[in-house]
Amino acid sequence: MITFMNNSDSEEEPCNERTSLMSAESPPVPSYQDGLQASEAGEAQAHRKRRAGSSRGPNNTAGGETSGSGVPVRERALENEEEELTLKYGAKHVIMLFVPVTLCMIVVVATIKSVRFYTEKNGQLIYTPFSEDTPSVGQRLLNSVLNTIIMISVIIVMTVFLVLLYKYRCYKFIHGWLILSSLMLLFLFTYIYLGEVLKTYNVAMDYPTLFIVIWNFGAVGMICIHWKGPLQLQQAYLIMISALMALVFIKYLPEWSAWVILGAISIYDLMAVLCPKGPLRMLVETAQERNEPIFPALIYSSAMMWTVGMAKPDTAARGPSQQTWDAAEDGREHLKSPSHAESQMSEARSPVPTRPVTSLEELEEEERGVKLGLGDFIFYSVLVGKAAATASGDWNTTLACFVAILIGLCLTLLLLAVFKKALPALPISITFGLIFYFSTDNLVRPFMDTLASHQLYI
Amino acid sequence: MGAAVFFGCAAIAFGPAAALVLLTVAAEPLRVIVLVAGAFFWLLSLLAASLLWFVSVQLSGREDAALLLLGAAAAVLLQELCRFACFKLLKKADEGLATLSEDGRSPISLRQMAYVSGLSFGIISGVFSIVNILADSAGPGTVGIHGDSPYYFITSGEARGRGREEEEEEGSGSEAPCLPTAFLTMALVLLHTFWGVIFFDACERRRAGGLGLVVGSHLLASGLTFLNPWYEASLGPIFILTLCTGLWAFGTAGGSFRNVLKCLSCKQEPEGRVVLYSALQVPPEE
Repeated sequence: MITFMNNSDSEEEPCNERTSLMSAESPPVPSYQDGLQASEAGEAQAHRKRRAGSSRGPNNTAGGETSGSGVPVRERALENEEEELTLKYGAKHVIMLFVPVTLCMIVVVATIKSVRFYTEKNGQLIYTPFSEDTPSVGQRLLNSVLNTIIMISVIIVMTVFLVLLYKYRCYKFIHGWLILSSLMLLFLFTYIYLGEVLKTYNVAMDYPTLFIVIWNFGAVGMICIHWKGPLQLQQAYLIMISALMALVFIKYLPEWSAWVILGAISIYDLMAVLCPKGPLRMLVETAQERNEPIFPALIYSSAMMWTVGMAKPDTAARGPSQQTWDAAEDGREHLKSPSHAESQMSEARSPVPTRPVTSLEELEEEERGVKLGLGDFIFYSVLVGKAAATASGDWNTTLACFVAILIGLCLTLLLLAVFKKALPALPISITFGLIFYFSTDNLVRPFMDTLASHQLYI
Repeated sequence: MGAAVFFGCAAIAFGPAAALVLLTVAAEPLRVIVLVAGAFFWLLSLLAASLLWFVSVQLSGREDAALLLLGAAAAVLLQELCRFACFKLLKKADEGLATLSEDGRSPISLRQMAYVSGLSFGIISGVFSIVNILADSAGPGTVGIHGDSPYYFITSGEARGRGREEEEEEGSGSEAPCLPTAFLTMALVLLHTFWGVIFFDACERRRAGGLGLVVGSHLLASGLTFLNPWYEASLGPIFILTLCTGLWAFGTAGGSFRNVLKCLSCKQEPEGRVVLYSALQVPPEE
């Protein structure tokens, strides 16, 4: 789920971010619409860029400090500035999401293509108990559908459980769960991954070195993700754990089940985020009502946050070098429990936009960001990784899926800018990805192979 | 040997493209988005062409060269059709961006979009043509291609059997002819870029002649590759075509000999406008 918070949700404060900071978008919504009439027809980059940047709403950042001081409240000027700024920032945010998604996919595809371990069949998860080794096509299809049903039910149960926990304020339980998840990912899965990579390249490593490496990697990761750390390091860790999770899925999900699960999970995502009683939507709304940040970690944020001292422009203290991201305070919803990792992943898709808080003086330099849940990263990478692993060794399929996913992400961000509320990031991308996978594998590949064999170019 | 061939051919095929992307596209987010969108449109055209070819093969029950020719021609025409669709979309985007910006001008001009979309068509089409061959050439097992298509062995078998001169050319006879393929890919990337510029300009000014010439030259380029094992006949003319198209595109984009001279001599033309500064400046209204 990608989200920005909708301004209109938190209009209690008279002096909210809307009036104080340029990040406010809601008031000008009518004017946006008007401005848009002219170019409505093009679901074009224009809108996309404009909108993608515009949606940040006032955020319930911890403390809710807004720069109440001396805001030039000239609505028109603000509006124009906002429009101009959203235009400038919109395309940038799309790229800020393209880069991590691409990196995650590159890591997954590189691993799949080089490390045999992740393409070997070594059993299945308990969430997909039915085997696909049956001779008949119908039986295989039935088994994969059953596997999907089980998997999706597990996911639904976990999500609902999490929402209930959140509703009844069992924060400690949730925190503990999340910490356990990241522990398992950062230590156990990394150990396995490192072991397999070393085996592939026949590099010898002794246990003490291994221990030190894994310990450092994991400890720094835990700190970065759950507490504070440099933004880019945190982003890097989030990308790595998404890639690890995706690799686990690619290894342990049988082929047909994987595709059916991908399809089913995009439908689930659509419903969970958009239906009024959908668990993810309820989670986001509860967090917004309580004006609380949702849980730390496991939502990838592309923003840079400038830590701001409200009253004094203390330039020595602030500056580009100081991009700390307070993970704990940020509203990021993160439903991932590695112990039930597989089921949870989908949940880590519910972002709540956290807007960095800045003072007026830094208006020009504030960078707002868009958030993308880690579950989205994971399933994008699963799709591309599966394409790389199973598409008859064809790189064309992998590339086609990659382009399809990026375009889906672009369109989703465009819609995000139009609707300005939390949106599921999976459906469009996964749909395009699946269409491109099956059509490239079955139609384009024979055509291109035939052309290549005659060395023809089109 | 495998790695040398891989890196060499990859550099030949994608060197200019990579340079163009890094220098002109990578820094601007809008251009990157246009790049990805262009690639998407090309993929759509390829999908349609493959579907057409597949259906025709199934209907006729056999797979022969005539159908392949028809398929290739259809692919070319569909690519140009998708280029036109891309033009329409980008034109709308340009108008939208212009409406939304403060000073009525969009942050990216239609010409820039023409160039970037042409480049994206070139890159994705080049990648699709050569990436499997490159991966193949990197050596067995390294890249881990499982289940090669049977054609690659036939192709390499043909290459091996075709004669000594080709083996000498590539230095190794066990893989598909990488080097001429790489050169062809490079030419193709550049050609697509030029076609993009010319096509958009012709569409903008509604000149059917320009459109016809672009389609015609694309068909010509594709047709020349039919001569392919006879590389002198295909590579040579294609490079000449690339050069001519490049000059034409340069002229279309507003370039001229004088511009080149001016650029080379690094002269700065004095601004013809007078800039007025005032201490009291009202923030610009829309």
